[in-house]
Amino acid sequence: MAKELIKGNVAIVKGALLAGCEAYFGYPITPASEIAEYASLLFPKLGRVFIQAESEIAAINMIYGASGAGARCMTASSGPGLSLKQEGISYCAGAELPCVIADIMRGGPGLGNIGPEQGDYNQIVKGGGHGNYRVIVLAPNSGQEMCDLTMLGFELADKWRSPVILLADGFTGQMMEQVDFPEEPVRSTRKSWALYADRESKHNLITSIYLSHADLEAHNIKLQKKYARIEQEEVRFEELNCSDADVVMIAYGITSRICRTTMENAREQGLKIGLFRPRTLFPFPSQRIAELGQHIKFFLTVECSNGQMLHDVRLALNGTCPVEFYGRMGGEVPSAEEIFGVLTRLLKS
Amino acid sequence: MEYQVLLEKPKSFYQNYPRKAGNIEVTHYCPGCGHGVAHKYIAEALDRLDLQDRTVLISPVGCSVFAYYYFDVGNEQAAHGRAPALATGVKRALPNSIVISYQGDGDLAAIGTAEIIHAANRGEQITVIFINNAIYGMTGGQMAPTTLEGQKTSTSPLGRNPANEGFPIRMAELLATLEAPVYVERVSLHDVKNRNKARQAIYKALKCQKDRKGFSMVEILSQCPTGWKMDPPESLKWVAEKMVSYFPLGVKVDRIDESEPVTRPEQIWDPEVIIRNLGLVTLDIRQRADRSAIAEIHRNPRFKIAGFGGQGVLTMGIILAACGMIEDYNVAWLPSYGPEMRGGTAHCHVTISSKPIGSPLVSSSTVCIAMNKPSQEKFEKELVPGGLLIRNTSMIDVPPARTDIDVVSIPAAEMATEIGSLKVQNMVILGAYLEKSKLIHPETLEMVLKGMLKKAALLDMNMKALEAGREHVRKNA
Repeated sequence: MAKELIKGNVAIVKGALLAGCEAYFGYPITPASEIAEYASLLFPKLGRVFIQAESEIAAINMIYGASGAGARCMTASSGPGLSLKQEGISYCAGAELPCVIADIMRGGPGLGNIGPEQGDYNQIVKGGGHGNYRVIVLAPNSGQEMCDLTMLGFELADKWRSPVILLADGFTGQMMEQVDFPEEPVRSTRKSWALYADRESKHNLITSIYLSHADLEAHNIKLQKKYARIEQEEVRFEELNCSDADVVMIAYGITSRICRTTMENAREQGLKIGLFRPRTLFPFPSQRIAELGQHIKFFLTVECSNGQMLHDVRLALNGTCPVEFYGRMGGEVPSAEEIFGVLTRLLKS
Repeated sequence: MEYQVLLEKPKSFYQNYPRKAGNIEVTHYCPGCGHGVAHKYIAEALDRLDLQDRTVLISPVGCSVFAYYYFDVGNEQAAHGRAPALATGVKRALPNSIVISYQGDGDLAAIGTAEIIHAANRGEQITVIFINNAIYGMTGGQMAPTTLEGQKTSTSPLGRNPANEGFPIRMAELLATLEAPVYVERVSLHDVKNRNKARQAIYKALKCQKDRKGFSMVEILSQCPTGWKMDPPESLKWVAEKMVSYFPLGVKVDRIDESEPVTRPEQIWDPEVIIRNLGLVTLDIRQRADRSAIAEIHRNPRFKIAGFGGQGVLTMGIILAACGMIEDYNVAWLPSYGPEMRGGTAHCHVTISSKPIGSPLVSSSTVCIAMNKPSQEKFEKELVPGGLLIRNTSMIDVPPARTDIDVVSIPAAEMATEIGSLKVQNMVILGAYLEKSKLIHPETLEMVLKGMLKKAALLDMNMKALEAGREHVRKNA
């Protein structure tokens, strides 16, 4: 298998092309810019489309256009750009258009800074745009997953006719790790609902407008049923040392990597600490968290945010198990020792 | 000019309108509205040019949001103002399609100003039909960017006042200032003569697209009797008397004849070509260095490498990580990034481990490489007891504060200058580290450097610098 020492952001681009992505529309922003830069280099080499759009809004609407025309397509940005894209994401969800969007999170709110943060959880996972929609959210925590989950993202997007957002952070985007790349590129097949500018497909209509209230309610009910099926079928997570744990840390993305070191250090000192890592944030692994909650003393949710995933953990447990929280913000990332300190304090209290 | 009497509906229209609720024999447009006429000219042109099956029409927001009720072609419905971006997406995905972005004045000249200007400026091979009726029709008669001075609307009830709202915007002229558009014309629907000009302009714009010549736009001055609170004849008169004098009719740009057809490249799907172009290669990964010879403290190292920008701090980290990967370790390299880099200091975290790597953030390091004084002061305290500090004494004039660590002091900048370039000071340091730690086999390092440095002279200088670093450690051991 081909192996490369590669930045997470670049691994996304290569993964996208291996997944048969035909078009990239984007706007540069730190810490996501390498994605646009490498897309501008690699997409044309394969006869694929790269356009640096005039804005994030234009980029997501180009995605809408190209996705409606049956193409696998993607865009990428960071928090401020995602805020702008929310309009288009809502339209894509409404018109059931598949696409992959990477959010390499930075510090907010506002212009914030370019340090790594996880403060976009709410706007991404809960749906930052208008209307009753969800998007599938994947949370990579390594260079390998930046490639793998991008590829999976295209598959899930087509399978469910839904936008898929890769929710990563500045560190996962900027970090270089060894990545194994598959050597069998994928090519998507013709979609029955898309427009191909030919006679067979011309009666397909790409729209999110339903003027009649009854029709729009029916459309919404259909969407909710789809989301319920996604919750049944697409939950993904990783568990480390949870089976005998007294305390389980819950973290995603870069924070889960740091918690892993905390856990290993704690285990060396004989503390029964486990780590639970959601790889899908929607659907959220609520059921498994609830099961784990029956056997442990408490959970410690760790995020580089003010505690956003925390609410999903609490909802999953519905009061059946205590949930503690530790978070850093503004581009500050907790060290493994710092989290260990929090754990030991909590264990004593 | 050739005249033709059309006795039947163009084929590019549905014969009736099942997508529409209620009476499917008539359109939803108001009596006297200009949209129906513009629609008819588009449908006729698609028939004449035999483009129906290849066409994707982008419906905007506004009264023509339901254009897909009528046109028997592919349809995508856009968010307000975004039709040119959608059109871009469709056309780029399907270069053989014929894409029409049909937009009103609020859509195109207010909320979608950026999208229209940049689609035009990229020379997207699309046709824009711009209905300028100086008002927001669908939303109930609010002021448009093209509303005339003094014109009363529901959001300019006292008449448009340029001191508050600015002047009506002339989009055809604005787009005509760009280099890329191939054909831009403004026409009007207020009488038969002008309607025929409109019909010809729409045909010409679509033919321009069929011939792959580039971006075309037809701005159509159109009446909105309902929005203007007039009867249809009055509204036609208003276009003729008020609108035409502010929005001059005629061709603004016509570069069709001198423009060469533009074709887009073919997609490549051959797996081998894809793999090659992505630069994916299978590497010869195996343990080369004798791991049993590595002292405990140097196993699975965690580095903090820091210095000024330009001292090769980040590159040194990448080389270490790449060597680690080739020697079948797990590796992680995490840089400082963004403005910090431009401000003159840089550092990176490198982890090389035989086990899966948890935190790529090095908060307690086993190796600290300090290329300058601030780096030593900032990062030596993170070293574990017994850890290794390598200090570039060319740039550091204070001793380390720690006494419980191993220290290698090396005047790397001076040595590098002697070898031929200050730029290889990082290699001097790297050589010293590798001699000290025995972590990486020299053969592995050479492989990595050969992959990174294509020029023989440069490689040679780097190898010399490495050797000088090694030699320094051997001598001072």
